[in-house]
Amino acid sequence: MSDDAIEAQVAAEAIPEVAEHFDGEYPILIKGLKNSFGDQVVHEGLDLEVRRGEVLGVVGGSGTGKSVLMRSIIGLQVPDEGSIEVFGHEIVGANPEDGLGLRSRWGVLFQGGALFSTLTVGENVEVPLKQFYPELDAELMHEIARYKVVLSGLPADTASKYPSELSGGMRKRAGLARALALDPELLFLDEPTAGLDPIGAARFDELTRDLADTLGLTVFLITHDLDTLYAICDRVAVLADGKVIAIGTIPELLKSDHPWIQEYFNGPRGRAARSGAGLGKTVDSHGQTGD
Amino acid sequence: MREWAAYTLEEEDGRATLVVTGPLLISTIGALDRELRAFDAPVDTIDISQCGAVDTVGAWVVLRFAREKKAEIVGADGQAERLLKAVEQAHSNAAIEPPRSRLRLRVPEAVGKQVVQFGYGSREMLGFAGHIIVTALATLAHPSRLRVTSVFRQIELVGISALFIIGLMSFLVGIVIAQQGAAQLEQFGAEIYTINLTGRLSMRELGVLMTAIMVAGRSGSSFAAQLGTMKLTEEVDAMRTIGVSPIEALVLPRVIAAVVMMPLLGFYAAMLSIVGGASIAALTLHIPFGTFLARTQQVVPLYDVWVGLIKAPVFGLIIALSGCYQGMQVKGNSEEVGMRTTMAVVQAIFLVIVLDAFFAVFFDKVGWA
Repeated sequence: MSDDAIEAQVAAEAIPEVAEHFDGEYPILIKGLKNSFGDQVVHEGLDLEVRRGEVLGVVGGSGTGKSVLMRSIIGLQVPDEGSIEVFGHEIVGANPEDGLGLRSRWGVLFQGGALFSTLTVGENVEVPLKQFYPELDAELMHEIARYKVVLSGLPADTASKYPSELSGGMRKRAGLARALALDPELLFLDEPTAGLDPIGAARFDELTRDLADTLGLTVFLITHDLDTLYAICDRVAVLADGKVIAIGTIPELLKSDHPWIQEYFNGPRGRAARSGAGLGKTVDSHGQTGD
Repeated sequence: MREWAAYTLEEEDGRATLVVTGPLLISTIGALDRELRAFDAPVDTIDISQCGAVDTVGAWVVLRFAREKKAEIVGADGQAERLLKAVEQAHSNAAIEPPRSRLRLRVPEAVGKQVVQFGYGSREMLGFAGHIIVTALATLAHPSRLRVTSVFRQIELVGISALFIIGLMSFLVGIVIAQQGAAQLEQFGAEIYTINLTGRLSMRELGVLMTAIMVAGRSGSSFAAQLGTMKLTEEVDAMRTIGVSPIEALVLPRVIAAVVMMPLLGFYAAMLSIVGGASIAALTLHIPFGTFLARTQQVVPLYDVWVGLIKAPVFGLIIALSGCYQGMQVKGNSEEVGMRTTMAVVQAIFLVIVLDAFFAVFFDKVGWA
């Protein structure tokens, strides 16, 4: 077949609508968001800007609506009021069908991995590829699935395994491989290190940072893990009272006098994480002063 | 319209250079990838300096082509260089689909597994039944250990809540039997035997059998799903750790409820089935409602009622046993809960019908024909 014929055939197989590359400064821009379930108000007047290329950690006590915020941004939860712009497109009130192209520009890792249990890991990675880029050669899809699996830090032979055959940590990595399938610009991670052992969690943090740097990702990361915040986040947003009460680098947040922030970063776990990250006295320097 | 990635071929001093143009992104690579797969000439250098944006898929396609042709990649900027390195390190040849043996090996293997499973399953279920019997005897010795609240709760769920649907179903079944029976018996001028047919069939077979099927579908499945979910959430394990026997706390109340309620429901179903038959007879056969009922009393022997009442608790036991057994077998994931629930219902209905056939022969032999 001639190259022209191939091109015509590929163009015929491709879906017409594809989201454009985003060059703006804020991939996510939230203004005056309000979410409530019945009488219980989760968010009220929440504003948040996520900068391009940053790893933003989102923290807050249980029940402050971190996951609800993420679900609002990716369109799984319809907010009562407010505006959410993702890649410059308004999400709130938009026809869900219109957002299809937009969905190819972000990847989501759900808490439990949310892998399709009847498909192998490799086939899981191929699902978004088939959905958005049906014109790709089947062999290319297999190749993409293979290298994404390895890129996510899994052994190569995991591609042919079913999710039920994997450990919790491997399932998260497989979920990450699927989230990265389309080379998204924006990556949502919902408590990626929850339930992992400390070594596995540290490796996952490292992997996230590596991928963010290599692929130029913007990462929206929900976490409870203080070590993750210190290790990989450029900025941290603190959710409380239905709002983002503070946002900035950790040293900036430490200056805040909000009681929750003080307790969070200066509690025993916060201090331990800080010393581990080398921002305070490290164990080594302590030992040296003892000499 | 998308701007697809493309290439041009340049020759200089006998060295072929492939110049890639257009963005190398997942959304634009489709055509280039297929063209490069079909490309059939030596290439020494691949120039990607003119392609603008690159993502990992673009980097992968270029890298694969370079490897295949043993060509050199030039003109990569910092980002492209990083991506090329990342995908190069991530290269693998692993399979995507799980390994599968040949069909002619797979079929006998599956059949063999099923047979072995059936053997083990039967043995385990017998063991489970034994465990229940031992627990029941122990409870008889210490009646205070019986979970009375739980038993009544299950009686409500198995029996009271099912009254409407079982009643409606039996009423309709009664109508169908009477109407179909009358259509056949009419040919001999024997419409009056519709009453014998409806009355005896309802009492001996249909009342109990239809009830058993309904209870298996309603309660057998819910036993399996409930216990299965409790196994998954480790509630059953928590019980054992505290020293509470799950058989005593969970299984026994359900078994008692099913055994107690099945005769009541079966009799109730038979009654409504006769009422259904009488209604249709009054409407279409001109047999007055009262006459139908009075005649039923004469033609249905008392042992027909006993046949139904003796079978019912046995069916109840079977249903509760397979529901609880399958529920307690759940391990692993939520898919298993669905599978075990299906198995519980299928097994219960199958066993009920098999036993019913045995009962039919047995009662015939003892003279209750």
